[in-house]
Amino acid sequence: MHSAIAKIVRRGVAAIAVTAALAPAMAHAAWEPTKTVEFIVPAGTGGGADQMARMIQGIVQKNSLMSQPLVVINKSGGAGAEGFLDVKGSNRNPHKIIISLSNLFTTPLATGVPFSWKDMTPVSMLALDEFVLWVNAKAPYNDVKGFLDALKAASGDQIFKMGGTGSKQEDQIITAAIEQKTGAKFIYVPYKGGGDVAAQLVGGHVTASVNNPIEAVSQWRAGELKPLCVFDYQRLPYKEPIANGKSWADIPTCKESGLDIEYLMLRGILMPPNATKDQVDYFVELFKKVRATPEWQEFMQKGAFNTTALSGPEYAAWLTKAEATHKDLMEKAGFVAK
Amino acid sequence: MEALTSLIGGFGVLADPMNIIYMFVGIALGVLIGVLPGLGGANGVAILLPLTFSMTPVSAIIMLSSIYWGALFGGAITSILFNIPGEPWSVATTFDGHPMAQKGKAGEALTGAFTGSFIGAFFAVLLITFLAPVIAKFALQFGPAEFFAVYLLTFCAFVGMGREPAAKVISAMMLGFALAAVGIDTVTGQLRMTFGSVELLRGFDFLVAVIGLFGVGEILLTMEEGLAFKGKSAAINAKVVWETWKKLPKYWVGCLRSAIVGCWMGVTPGGATPASFMSYGLAKKFSKNGNNFGKGELEGVVMPEVAAHAAGTSALLPMLTLGIPGSPTAAVLLGGLLIWGLQPGPLLFVEQKDFVWGLIASIYLGNIAGLIVVLTTVPIFAAILRIPFSVIAPVILVICAVGAYTVHNAGLDIAVMLVFGVIGYLFKKLQYPLAPLVLALVLGDMAESSFRQAMLVSQGHLSIFWSNPLVGSIVTLALVMLVWPLVSKVMARLNGHKEPAAAE
Repeated sequence: MHSAIAKIVRRGVAAIAVTAALAPAMAHAAWEPTKTVEFIVPAGTGGGADQMARMIQGIVQKNSLMSQPLVVINKSGGAGAEGFLDVKGSNRNPHKIIISLSNLFTTPLATGVPFSWKDMTPVSMLALDEFVLWVNAKAPYNDVKGFLDALKAASGDQIFKMGGTGSKQEDQIITAAIEQKTGAKFIYVPYKGGGDVAAQLVGGHVTASVNNPIEAVSQWRAGELKPLCVFDYQRLPYKEPIANGKSWADIPTCKESGLDIEYLMLRGILMPPNATKDQVDYFVELFKKVRATPEWQEFMQKGAFNTTALSGPEYAAWLTKAEATHKDLMEKAGFVAK
Repeated sequence: MEALTSLIGGFGVLADPMNIIYMFVGIALGVLIGVLPGLGGANGVAILLPLTFSMTPVSAIIMLSSIYWGALFGGAITSILFNIPGEPWSVATTFDGHPMAQKGKAGEALTGAFTGSFIGAFFAVLLITFLAPVIAKFALQFGPAEFFAVYLLTFCAFVGMGREPAAKVISAMMLGFALAAVGIDTVTGQLRMTFGSVELLRGFDFLVAVIGLFGVGEILLTMEEGLAFKGKSAAINAKVVWETWKKLPKYWVGCLRSAIVGCWMGVTPGGATPASFMSYGLAKKFSKNGNNFGKGELEGVVMPEVAAHAAGTSALLPMLTLGIPGSPTAAVLLGGLLIWGLQPGPLLFVEQKDFVWGLIASIYLGNIAGLIVVLTTVPIFAAILRIPFSVIAPVILVICAVGAYTVHNAGLDIAVMLVFGVIGYLFKKLQYPLAPLVLALVLGDMAESSFRQAMLVSQGHLSIFWSNPLVGSIVTLALVMLVWPLVSKVMARLNGHKEPAAAE
C-alpha cells in the first residue's frame, strides 16, 4: 500500500521532470538574461582579451543587442586562473560568461591550478589571434632563412633574446617550438604585456618577438619593426597595404619559409558548467549578431585576426585538439608543473 | 612654431560646445573616481570606455582624458582629509597632507596639492607640445637594466633619509617585499606563497593594503585618542587659496625638480607612483625644512603632487608617439584608440592631426577647468572635518570597504583591508614606518622582474648595470643616495667630536 503510493508519486514526479526538461527545448530560444551579465576577462585591463571584451560590450550597447546590461570584469590573478576558477565555481549560473585566451590551456599546465575547458560550457569561438615573427627593421636579414642562420651562428653575448608576454604562456611555447625545430637556443625574456615587448624590440633590448599583429602593427607602419613570417597554416587575407606597400597578405607563413610551426590563439567564449541548451543558444545567437556588425569586421581587419568562428560540437572538437596540442608542446619544452 | 599653429588648430577642435561639455562631465566624474579609493583612474576609464563607442574619437578622448585629470586631482582630497590615499600616487601626499589637516590647515594643504598638480601638468603638457618627438625617443633607451636602475633610485631616494632606526625601516620594507611576491611570478610563471588558496592567486593588491594601512589604521588611532578629528577647529574661508598661493613661489626650485622627475618617470614609463615617492624623498633631502617633513610641511604636499601630475600627463606622450602606454590608465586609453577606429603609434601625429592636437589642447583647458572646479570646492571639502567623528567614521569605513571590494570585485579583500588596518595601527603604536612597506609593496614586484629580466639578458653578469652611461649613472646616483646619510652622519660626528674638544 505504502509502496504503491510511493511508486505513483515517484512516477508523477518523473513525468513532471520529463515535461519540465522538454518544455524549454520546444520553445525556441526561450531563455533570456533576467539580470546583469558579467563578462569575465581572465587578464588585465588594456591587453588583447580586455580590448576585445570591451569592444563587444560597446557593440552590444550601441546596437541594443541585449535587454540586460553586460559588464566587463577583470579577474587576472594567477595568470588568469582566478577568472576561470570563478566561472568553474559558478555552477548553473547563466549570467556569467568568460572570454578565453591561450591561458585556458597553459595556466593549468604551468601552475597546476586545476581547471580545464571541460569544467565549463563552451559557447562559441569568436576568432583566432595570429602570431608573427618580428625583428627590428635594422636587422641585417629580411627572411626566415637569414634569421635562422644568424640565430644558429650566434654565441656568447650575441645569443638571440626573444621578448615575450608572460612565462610558460603562448609566446614562450612558440619560442620553445622554434628551438625544438632548429636546435638553436634563445634567451627568453618575459615581460608584462605585448606593448612592452614591441617597445623593447624597437629599442634593441631584445632581438625578436612573436607579438600579435595588433601589438606591433604601429611600429611596422612606422618602419621600426619588420615581420618575417606568420605562424598560421595559410597567409592572412588582408590585402590593404600597411608599410612600404606591403600588406598582411604579403607576409609568408613560417611553414612555407622552412620553419614548420603553426600556432593560433583562441579568442572564444565559455560559460559556467551545466548551462542549459537554451542559455548557450542565447549567447551563440548574440555573438553571431556581434560578428555581423561592421564595427566588429573593422576590428578584425585592424588586428589582422583569423576570422574562423565555431560553435557547438565543432568548437568542442577544436578545444579538445588545442588542449592536446598545448599539452604536447609544453611537455616537450618542460613547462609542465610537477 | 609649427607646434603653435597646430595647437591653435587643436583649440579650434575644442570650440565645439559639446566637447566642452564632455570635458566638464569628465572632470567631475574623474574627481569622484579619485575621491573613491579603489576605483582608480584605469578602472574608471575602462568602465566608461564602451559608453564612448558612439562618439567621435576626438570627443571620446577628451572626455576620457578629462576623467584622468579629474582623478589625478581628486586623489589628494581623501589623502589630506582622512589619510586615505584615493590613488596609489597620492600615498606620498598623505605624509604631510594629513598632519596639516590635523593642525587645522586642511584648506591650505588642499590648495597646495591642487596647485601643485596643476603646475606639474602644465610643465608636462608644454613638454608634449614642443618636444614630443625628441623626448619620445628617450623612452626607447629603457631596457630591463634601466628600469631596475630607476626603481633602485626610488628606493634609495626614499630610504636613505628615514629618522626611524634602520632595523625598523628594513623590516617594514622586507614585509612589503614578501607581500608583493605573493601570486604569480611573471618570470618563471610559477605560483608563489599562495598555499593552494584561490583567494591568494591575485596576490596582495597595493590599493587594498593602502586603504587598510592608512584609512582603517587612522580610524583605529582616532578612536583610541578620543573620537574626534584633530583638525576640527579648521578656520575655513575662501581667502585660504590666495594665502597659500602667496607662499608657493619660494618653492620654485623644488617644483622644477619635481616636475622634471615627474616627466622623466612618465615618459620612461616608470609611472606616477614612483615619481611621487621619489620627489618626496628628494624634497626631504634637499629642502631647508627637510627635518619637519612628516609633521605637516606645505612643501611635502606640493612636491609629490607636482611630480605625480607631471608623470600622469607625460605618460600620454609615449602612448601618442610610440604606442607604448606610460601608465595603466594610458594602456586603457590606448585600447580605446582601437575601439574608436584609430591606429595608435608613431604615425598618429601625422595621420590624425585633429585628434592629437585636440587632445593636447584639451590637456591645457582640462587642467585649467579642473583647477577651477577643485579650488572652488576646497572650503566644502575642508568643512567635512567639522562633521562629528561618530557620524563620519562609519561613512569612511563603508567607503573604504567599497573601495577595497572594487579593486578586484572580491569580498575577501574587505577582510584583507581590515587586517591591514590592524597592521597599520600596530605599526603606528610600535613606531614602525609605514612608507617603506608601502613602497616595497607597490614597486617590489616590478623591481624584482626588471632585475631578473636584466640578469637573463646579461646571462648573470651584474656588470649590465654599468654597461652604458645612462644605466651606470642612475645606479651610481642611487648608491650614493643610499650611503649619503651615513657619510654625512660620520662627517657630523667627526665635526661634533672636534668642537667639544676645542671647547674644553
